[in-house]
Amino acid sequence: MGTALDIKIKRANKVYRCGEILSGVVVITSKDTVQHQGISLTMEGSVNLQLSAKSVGVFEAFYNSVKPIQIINSTIEMVKPGKLPSGKTEIPFEFPLHVKGNKVLYETYHGVFVNIQYTLRCDMRRSLLAKDLTKTCEFIVHSLKGKLTPSPVDFTITPETLQNVKERASLPKFLIRGHLSSTNCVITQPLTGELVVESAEAAVKSIELQLVRVETCGCAEGYARDATEIQNIQIADGDVCRGLPIPIYMVFPRLFTCPTLETTNFKVEFEVNIVVLLHDDHLITENFPLKLCRM
Amino acid sequence: MAAFPWHARSRNYVSESDVYKLESVPLDFGDYHPLKPITVTESKTKKMSRKGSTSSTSSSSSSSMMDPLSSVLDGTDPLSLFAAAADPLTATASMDGIRKKRDKDDNSAVGSDFEQWSSKRSEILSRYTTTEKLSINLYMGSEKGKTTTSGSAVSEKVRTRLEELDDLEEGSQKELLNLTQQDYMNRIEELNQSLKDAWSSDQKVKALKIVIQCSKLLSDTTVIQFYPSKFVLITDILDTFGKLVYERILSMCMDNRVSLSDNFSPETVNDTAKETCLNWFFKIASIRELIPRFYVEAAILKCNKFLSKTGILECLPRLTSVIRGIGDPLVAVYARAYLCRVGMEVAPQLKESLNKNFFDFLLTFKQIHGDTVQNQLVVQCVEIPLYLTLYSPAIDWILQCIAYRAPENLTNFSELFLQVLLTEMMERCKKLGNNALLLNSVMSAFRAEFIAARSMDFIGMIKECDESGFPKHLLFRSLGLNLALADPPENDHLQILNEAWKVITKLKNPQDYINCAEVWVEYTCRHFTKREVNTVLADVIKHMTPDRAFEDAYPQLQSIIQKVITYINDFSLLFSVEKFLPFLDMFQKESVRVEVCKCIMESFIKHQQESTKDPVILNALLHICKTMHDSVNALTLEDEKRLLAALINGFIKMVSFGRDFEQQLSFYVEARSMFCNLEPVLVQLIHSVNQLAMETRKVMRGNHSRKTAAFVRACVAFCFITIPSLSSIFTRLNLYLHSGQVALANQCLSQADAFFKAAVSLVPEVPKMISVDGKMRPSDAFLLEFLCNFFSTLLVVPDHPEQGVLFLVRGLLNVIQDYTWEDNSDDKVRIYTNVLHLLSAMTQETYIYHVDKVDSNDTLYGGDSKFLAEISKLCETVIAQILDHLKTLGKEETLKRQSQLALCFFNTILAHGDLRNNKLNQLSVNLWNLAQKHGFADTKTMVKTLEYIKRRSKQPDMSHFTDLALRLPLQSRT
Repeated sequence: MGTALDIKIKRANKVYRCGEILSGVVVITSKDTVQHQGISLTMEGSVNLQLSAKSVGVFEAFYNSVKPIQIINSTIEMVKPGKLPSGKTEIPFEFPLHVKGNKVLYETYHGVFVNIQYTLRCDMRRSLLAKDLTKTCEFIVHSLKGKLTPSPVDFTITPETLQNVKERASLPKFLIRGHLSSTNCVITQPLTGELVVESAEAAVKSIELQLVRVETCGCAEGYARDATEIQNIQIADGDVCRGLPIPIYMVFPRLFTCPTLETTNFKVEFEVNIVVLLHDDHLITENFPLKLCRM
Repeated sequence: MAAFPWHARSRNYVSESDVYKLESVPLDFGDYHPLKPITVTESKTKKMSRKGSTSSTSSSSSSSMMDPLSSVLDGTDPLSLFAAAADPLTATASMDGIRKKRDKDDNSAVGSDFEQWSSKRSEILSRYTTTEKLSINLYMGSEKGKTTTSGSAVSEKVRTRLEELDDLEEGSQKELLNLTQQDYMNRIEELNQSLKDAWSSDQKVKALKIVIQCSKLLSDTTVIQFYPSKFVLITDILDTFGKLVYERILSMCMDNRVSLSDNFSPETVNDTAKETCLNWFFKIASIRELIPRFYVEAAILKCNKFLSKTGILECLPRLTSVIRGIGDPLVAVYARAYLCRVGMEVAPQLKESLNKNFFDFLLTFKQIHGDTVQNQLVVQCVEIPLYLTLYSPAIDWILQCIAYRAPENLTNFSELFLQVLLTEMMERCKKLGNNALLLNSVMSAFRAEFIAARSMDFIGMIKECDESGFPKHLLFRSLGLNLALADPPENDHLQILNEAWKVITKLKNPQDYINCAEVWVEYTCRHFTKREVNTVLADVIKHMTPDRAFEDAYPQLQSIIQKVITYINDFSLLFSVEKFLPFLDMFQKESVRVEVCKCIMESFIKHQQESTKDPVILNALLHICKTMHDSVNALTLEDEKRLLAALINGFIKMVSFGRDFEQQLSFYVEARSMFCNLEPVLVQLIHSVNQLAMETRKVMRGNHSRKTAAFVRACVAFCFITIPSLSSIFTRLNLYLHSGQVALANQCLSQADAFFKAAVSLVPEVPKMISVDGKMRPSDAFLLEFLCNFFSTLLVVPDHPEQGVLFLVRGLLNVIQDYTWEDNSDDKVRIYTNVLHLLSAMTQETYIYHVDKVDSNDTLYGGDSKFLAEISKLCETVIAQILDHLKTLGKEETLKRQSQLALCFFNTILAHGDLRNNKLNQLSVNLWNLAQKHGFADTKTMVKTLEYIKRRSKQPDMSHFTDLALRLPLQSRT
């Protein structure tokens, strides 16, 4: 029944970089001939900022500034008004990925308060009797290569190194040592390192890696900064063997992470927490800011 | 009816034999002989340019016989056909291709010598069971929330509570409590099914969730004794999942409907497939919990092949180290086992991670004594030894994987391994005691040669083990099993035995002791002399006798005996092992004792090459045979009796005292008294005694001295009194005849007469039906056969001086006359025609054969006319009987039989009668006509008979046959 519109992007993973040419086909399938007033294709890219509920009251003044920031927007007319034959029609297209002026193609990112998204939209305008047809399709933009300097970190966690402790006396004794291969990470490579529970009076219940994004909206005058969890990966379950190095290994999830981003209007940063949960429900957290980049 | 007098044709057997005997032709063993091996030569018509010899083309020469094997080789096998069809170049290429592929396969696939997981599977399931209630806890709630739930500062507690709320809202939390083991297994099977269903209905996410939830169950160690079985069940699901994912991605790789070969390279995989594959890995990498993440990733390990060549290579070590995060040592070791299992399947050549798994396990071994584990055991009321056995399947499997094809680099790998192991062990030995478990697994997993070569080290380690954990006797048993398969270094032989036995002998529990001893007996028998074997047996006796402990250990004791007799085949040596017979005395349950005796006898019959008179052997074996014999009772099966009799007969045949015939006879007498319940043995004894008599005759060259004559008579007497105790009538008849012949040959005339008389008087007792192989059969054929045989013997039996002429023949004829024959059988007439043959032969001047040194009737009577007249009278009576019978067959339905019998009688007259006699001549013509009268005669036979007569007529003194032939009309069928 009716007419179907579809966009097929040439690359299976739909990943493109600035300067490349986005190509693909628009596929129209119909049993009958299709009368239309023209088909157009629009490429859009924008940053959507949102304020968290708790920030809204305080930063009402900012309300206006939180509107989508457009990165790229271009439209082409694919087919002039006319008729399409019945059956399957494929119309190829190509879009060069270029930005105007000093704008930058930020990498695709799906967060809570910051969303960077790129879409292709195909519109088929039709006469009054028939509804217009629209199909949108997301494609993914990867930013260009950045620079990376390895920055390994060694850490030691003992009751003494902890902050925010209410009753230090009630804490069981423990010594946890470890290292991260680097806090400057390539986004396609996992976060790696090792952790050794050298000693712990209480049994270990679980050790987890918590990946956290820190999103900041606003500018110098005032801003909202929110940290939310992306994922939580357990690396140890139960009372692990003392003195045996446990691997720290976490793959950065796609779409939910992007190279660390800092612009005038918003910031996207990442942190990792090493969370050690003891059997007596003591929760020990060690925080490491990360710097992600793409190579 | 007029009586027909019989005139036997006089024969000159010597000249007849000269005329008729077959000419001997020198054999020519030329080219052809059916048994000659077929020589195979390469035929030159095939292409010779191929590399390798996979297609050996050959043809059989010099044999007209078709050998199925050679016919296959002869160019018709698919390989050579294929090669011959293609031109040499492509053939070479493709052959190389095949070979390369095969080489590759060899590297990347596990050979059939690897014991597959499937074989372990059922063993584990049956071994690790529980009666406790189990529970399955499944949260089918989505994992989604976690990526977007806000607030990093929210405490763990709050968050889990929120999650639980979420899950409850979704209504998908399932907790099944109080399941029995069977319920549990059914549930798991249901989950397996719903996984497949979800997959086939394209609900990939649901499928993944099921798998994750299932693998989560593996982190639960309540009802710990069921854990190994749980592992088996759940990994089945994981295997299913892994296969589904792999096949799905593989199907996406189909380009132009051509699927990828097994050894594809990642470059040939298209982008869509790669992307899908990557998606799976990303999805799995974000699974929150460690154990499900590990298991699911391991399950789809094979899919790494789609992404990169080195994927698996990198993945295995990483997953190996991931396991370190699993705190519970039991859960961890099973995770390792699973990884090894998947690893072996996908990349068996990657040994390093296997080894690393094991070493990691060693490192975490101390955890077993940690508080966490101990507390858990206390809660579940599980003892440490039981807990340790839960490890066995996993460790065994890991070590089996490691040990598989390890000897290729045995020198470096195993040295390294042992070094590490040894240091590990020694270190632990001082502190803890439970490395015994490990040691046991090492011994049962590694190749026997490997273990045997280091036996001394192992003994040292076993000795240092603590008794509290794993029982030591099991360790020695494992070691013994290895030593039974492979030899330790020569120099260590004795020391090993000493060390091991020192410990074994101290075992208090007889069951533990015997399990161990059973294994070590084999080693002792293999490498040591009877002295050591004797010591070992003595020790076993010493341990098993108190409190009649042997009663519970018959299988083991039996296996000890079996091992001893497998290795000591020399029975004089065996019985000189002093403790062997006392050892046998421990088998006090009759059925077991008989089984053991049977084993020994079987081995004796199999291995004893020469006959023996060793008193030790004889005594022992007689004792053993007696035991077997005495087990026979009314309930014993026929088969069993036959088997026992065959074994005893085998023994009797192997006994020989050489020239000491008297002792031999007395042995037979003793045997008779011992084995009187087994008829086949008695029969064998009679045959043996007969043989002994003939043996004596041979030694004396037919001239018995007074002493030997007496001995021979003793033999004959033995037979005579033994035969009546047999039940089978034909056995008795034949033995009477046989023994009579032997007596005759040894010039014991009166004894021979007695035998024959006995046989004659036994004939009326022959029943109509006898049982042959459990079926009832008419006995006439057997009787006919026996009587013909008997007649042939009677020819040479001289008449008894005090009895009348042809006393025995008359007696037999009377018996035949009185015997109640089947109504519709002609056997009686057939026997009578045979009697005619006998009587004809008796009228000859010189008989066709004689018994050496016995004067037969021809010499006794010298052709006396009274004697001949007597015979003639007998013949007349017999002929009258035959003709009478022929007359009774005149009825419609018996005409065919009449015709056959007439012809049969005709042939007899033709062969033995003197046809110059007119009456006989007329009789024969009448018979000929009778045979043809009703058209039942076989024309072919008649023609052949006539031809024979004509041929005979050409011989000298046979001219009367010409006339006869003229008087015999040939009736045409039509």
